[in-house]
Amino acid sequence: MTLPTGSAATAPAGDCNAAALRRDHAFERLALFGLAVPALVLVIVTMAIPTAWLFWLSFVGDDGSVSLVNYQRMIEQPSYMRTFVATFQIAGLTTAICVLVGYPLAYFLSQLPERVANLCMIAVLLPFWTSLLVRTYAWLVLLQRTGLINTWGIKAGLWSEPLPLVHNQTGTLIGMVHVLLPFLVLPLYGAMRAIDRDLLRAASSLGATPSQAFAKVFLPLSVPGLTAGGMIVFILCLGFYVTPAVLGGGKVTMVSNRIADNIEVFFNWGAASALGVVLLVVTFALLWLAGRLARGVDLFGGGHG
Amino acid sequence: MQSLKAGILAALAAVLGATTAMAQELTVVSFGGSYQEAQSKALFQPAAKALGIRLKEETYTGIADLRLKVKAGAVAWDVVASGSGSAARAGAEGILEKLDYKVIDVSNFLPGTAQDYCVGGDVFSTVLAWNTKTYGDAGPQSWADFWDVKKFPGKRAYRKGVAGALEPALMADGVPPEKVYEVLSAPGGIDRAIKKIRELKPHIAVWWSSGAQHAQLMKDGEVDMVTGWNGRFDVVAKDGAKVAYTFNQALLDYDCYAIAKGAPNKDLAMKFLAEISKPQYQAEFTKYITYGPTDKRAYEIGAIEAGYAKRLPSHPDNAKKQLTIDLAWYIKNEAAAAAAYQNLLTE
Repeated sequence: MTLPTGSAATAPAGDCNAAALRRDHAFERLALFGLAVPALVLVIVTMAIPTAWLFWLSFVGDDGSVSLVNYQRMIEQPSYMRTFVATFQIAGLTTAICVLVGYPLAYFLSQLPERVANLCMIAVLLPFWTSLLVRTYAWLVLLQRTGLINTWGIKAGLWSEPLPLVHNQTGTLIGMVHVLLPFLVLPLYGAMRAIDRDLLRAASSLGATPSQAFAKVFLPLSVPGLTAGGMIVFILCLGFYVTPAVLGGGKVTMVSNRIADNIEVFFNWGAASALGVVLLVVTFALLWLAGRLARGVDLFGGGHG
Repeated sequence: MQSLKAGILAALAAVLGATTAMAQELTVVSFGGSYQEAQSKALFQPAAKALGIRLKEETYTGIADLRLKVKAGAVAWDVVASGSGSAARAGAEGILEKLDYKVIDVSNFLPGTAQDYCVGGDVFSTVLAWNTKTYGDAGPQSWADFWDVKKFPGKRAYRKGVAGALEPALMADGVPPEKVYEVLSAPGGIDRAIKKIRELKPHIAVWWSSGAQHAQLMKDGEVDMVTGWNGRFDVVAKDGAKVAYTFNQALLDYDCYAIAKGAPNKDLAMKFLAEISKPQYQAEFTKYITYGPTDKRAYEIGAIEAGYAKRLPSHPDNAKKQLTIDLAWYIKNEAAAAAAYQNLLTE
């Protein structure tokens, strides 16, 4: 916010006048701040305090004293490290598959006339209107040993033994990509729609082939949308619970599943809190790193670079 | 007008008086679903009627919920239904009230089914079940068979949690049932069991985490062999699933009733537990689900039909084939065993 200096500069500035203006300005700021207070209180009460509480709990041991036992456990037992590796691996793979599938889809949609594209968008958004649990169990019905895909595949002679499509990492990835694809397509589609077509025409008038025009003009302009979508997908992946629990067959242990296990096994919340804290810290570190690597790219921005 | 007002006031006073003079209220919490339905019909409602009290039923997901309530000092539950292991740990942790066995009669209970903080309500088994479409009725009969992938080729499902997972492995490794906890308590015992499970790991298609899940796996024919809770298999078999199970080498365990620490109506809760622990209530309960009574007299009073009684886990013929879960071992070792088991699962 800039000070309204214009009037003060033109008028022969009396001291009291300037002070009155400053006071007015302070009041205005206070009033504006007052408008933001309900939202701030909400964020502090529902986000900041519980997160701080979580941090504190992670430093409380089984006997209620302050200790590092919850963090020590994570270092001593190799299963924790593997859980974190598996979590980031699943998140990375899901994001990569979403990009590979979602980019062509969003590009295709952005080239369609707006009315047709809107209809197609409904198809993309349709999964949002069904419960996550229902969709996940639907995949179980489709993919399992006696499920539709294996039954048809064997009947059609495509393969003879049932394929292991679910109760493993494959099943988890299929389920997660399905759930998260719209989160990539939506911002990407928005970014692509916002790209000025005249720029592509200008490129071809300057002698670029269609693929050159795409690679040198369209792709760079769509990167902010892609980055935003990819980030959303990646971060949502890190906290996924239901899909790996149902489709992973107990073989895919992500951090959230581990948190649930720890609450059952240990007497205090610290063991579970510590996992949450480490996940939060590692995620922030990764985002910061990604931000540094992609300097100049606005991670959370819209389509106009 | 004046008389109308007085009339209303009198009526109000009468209502208020009635509520204060009315029966005491007790809150009971259990796991919901068909299990709580059976409890409600066979135990909770009839017992409340017999004691002349009002009863409120709630559902919860596990002892972690109770822990939160006790630690926050906001206990609204009196009686808590629980698994035996969770109750033993919760008791040791100090979030349950000690039970008064001068009030609750457990003189004819199966040994070990009445612990300091939780009185047994029903007995269930972790059994070996198989797909009758794959193996017919002559399915695997022992844990050695479960591990024998040459004699019984096929996909297995095993429990994702450590409770009841190590004992079968040791029996498959040749440890006689009565020596299982001795071996597990000795140094290297847990590792021996883990090593045996690692051997079978490539053949375990699913690590199940709930009773509903292992029942569904058998119903869908997703695996050929599974460990799980006997009552669930009876329910899906009735529903047409191709599943059979054996009590041979099964793990005998029980569900129990406890009183939450700081329960608002502790004394009444104790009387309530005494009531539902009577053999006639326990016999009635078996009619709704194939979980057996903890009081041996329930078999003797003629309330359970003889043929049906033979299908219950705690029937003497079945009980003698099984290994009873050792809660003391779990209180002492569960956290360490769970860590080793998690390690195996993520390998």
